[in-house]
Amino acid sequence: MEEYIVFMRLDLITKDAQPSPEQMQIFMKQYQDWVGGIAAQNKFAGGKGLSTEGRVITFGDVVTDGPFVEIKESIAGFIIIKAASLDEAAELARACPILKGEGNSVEVRKISAVHPGS
Amino acid sequence: MNDLIPHLFRTEYRKIVSVLCRRFGFHEIEAAEDIVSDTFLTASQSWGIQGVPPNPVGWLYQVAKNKAKNHLHRNMIWQQKIAPGIQDNAAFSDEADIDLSAQNIIDSQLQMMFAICDPAIPVESQIALSLRVLCGFGIEEIADAFQINKDTVNKRLLRAKEKLRQAGIRIEAPEPAEVEARLQPVLTTIYLLFNEGYYSVSRNKALRRDLCLEAMRLCTMLIENPQTDQPQVNALLSLMCFHASRFDARLDGQGELVMMEEQNTDLWNSDLIGKGGYFLRSSAKGQTLSRYHLEAAIAYWHTVKGDSFEKWENILQCYNQLLQLHYTPSAALNRTYAFSKVHGKEPAIREAEKLDLKGNHFWELLLGDLYTGIDDQKAQVHFRNALTLAKTETEKQAIRKKMNVII
Repeated sequence: MEEYIVFMRLDLITKDAQPSPEQMQIFMKQYQDWVGGIAAQNKFAGGKGLSTEGRVITFGDVVTDGPFVEIKESIAGFIIIKAASLDEAAELARACPILKGEGNSVEVRKISAVHPGS
Repeated sequence: MNDLIPHLFRTEYRKIVSVLCRRFGFHEIEAAEDIVSDTFLTASQSWGIQGVPPNPVGWLYQVAKNKAKNHLHRNMIWQQKIAPGIQDNAAFSDEADIDLSAQNIIDSQLQMMFAICDPAIPVESQIALSLRVLCGFGIEEIADAFQINKDTVNKRLLRAKEKLRQAGIRIEAPEPAEVEARLQPVLTTIYLLFNEGYYSVSRNKALRRDLCLEAMRLCTMLIENPQTDQPQVNALLSLMCFHASRFDARLDGQGELVMMEEQNTDLWNSDLIGKGGYFLRSSAKGQTLSRYHLEAAIAYWHTVKGDSFEKWENILQCYNQLLQLHYTPSAALNRTYAFSKVHGKEPAIREAEKLDLKGNHFWELLLGDLYTGIDDQKAQVHFRNALTLAKTETEKQAIRKKMNVII
């Protein structure tokens, strides 16, 4: 089993695209059902949600507020899953409920060791 | 007197052993146990002739104290003869040294709990030693609870004591900063102890109940001590209260298991359900959502009678989170069952078929249940697989009953 990271990208900037608290509650349940299904297969290895606050630093020491503003899809969170292949990882990621929203995307990447201790 | 001595053995043996062991150190745990066993022998002889003293517990403490003093004294003489150069006889000072005050008894037992639940000791030995030293169980009772013979119990105990000595584990309070981390193995052992009683292979219902109650007593001791009164400890006690509330309903007269949906809910113990609720509320503090919090919440929802969407949705969400924290095959199966209650059988079949649990008869059983009414032929196939894999006659009977429904 290899580890794969699933980045979830959503529009966190456009005001009209943001869910109401009631919608948010439904989305969270759908999200937890998806992650719970992966965990029930013993293929969940960790994950984090991200706050909408952030800062972007680019070449030339240019600092801008907020998640990356050049594109509409900011990273909303990520989970790490265990899978035998990229195909299997992508299959698990396909069921991510954020993909029901137009313009949203997930990106699956295999984790390779760069840092010590992992 | 016939009842008094076994009763006092159960309540006092563990206290005196903990105090003496803390005083002597683990290298003399056998000596501590011998002194206390010897004290009870003296009691049964003396009380049989002279009658029971007015304060039997005080009598036991005094006799144990004298025997311990003699033991230390003999050790000192031995040490002086073997090593005359050693002047510092820290091992023996005076009577006040063996402190059987209420406070020291509690402190010693708590410290003993931390020492026994050290990860260096194999889990099965931890449980045997906990039952012996922390709960005052006899070798025969431990053997009966695990359905193993007395030699095996003695071997497990010996191995545990040897490990304690080898690893140089000391009977002392953990540093305040370490309490949370050190609590983990303690809570694991308490929960295992409870499960031994709850899911035991033994048919001795009274003994199984005792195991559960002992686990709850140890957990209560942790809650009564401010340093260890932490949210997850309250959550664990809450969980055990909710489970224990069904003790009478889930075992029939022969000690056989009664499934949840067939239980007589009038037999659920409302007092324990109330206590479970109290400790669940006490556990709602701090930043950490432990597996015990989630399991307690699930157990709480199971005490709510009847089926409702709200109930199963809450159970499903708790299992979703529990599996992220701590995967177990049974949690994966229970989560899928809750999923079927919330989203229906067909989506749940898809979830169930993704689980890699072939060869697990509960998985076959779940798929049999889910396919019932959707595709009865497939249901029969899964039930037949479950029947082949089931180990006990009770399980087989329950499966045959389900098969007969769809024929």
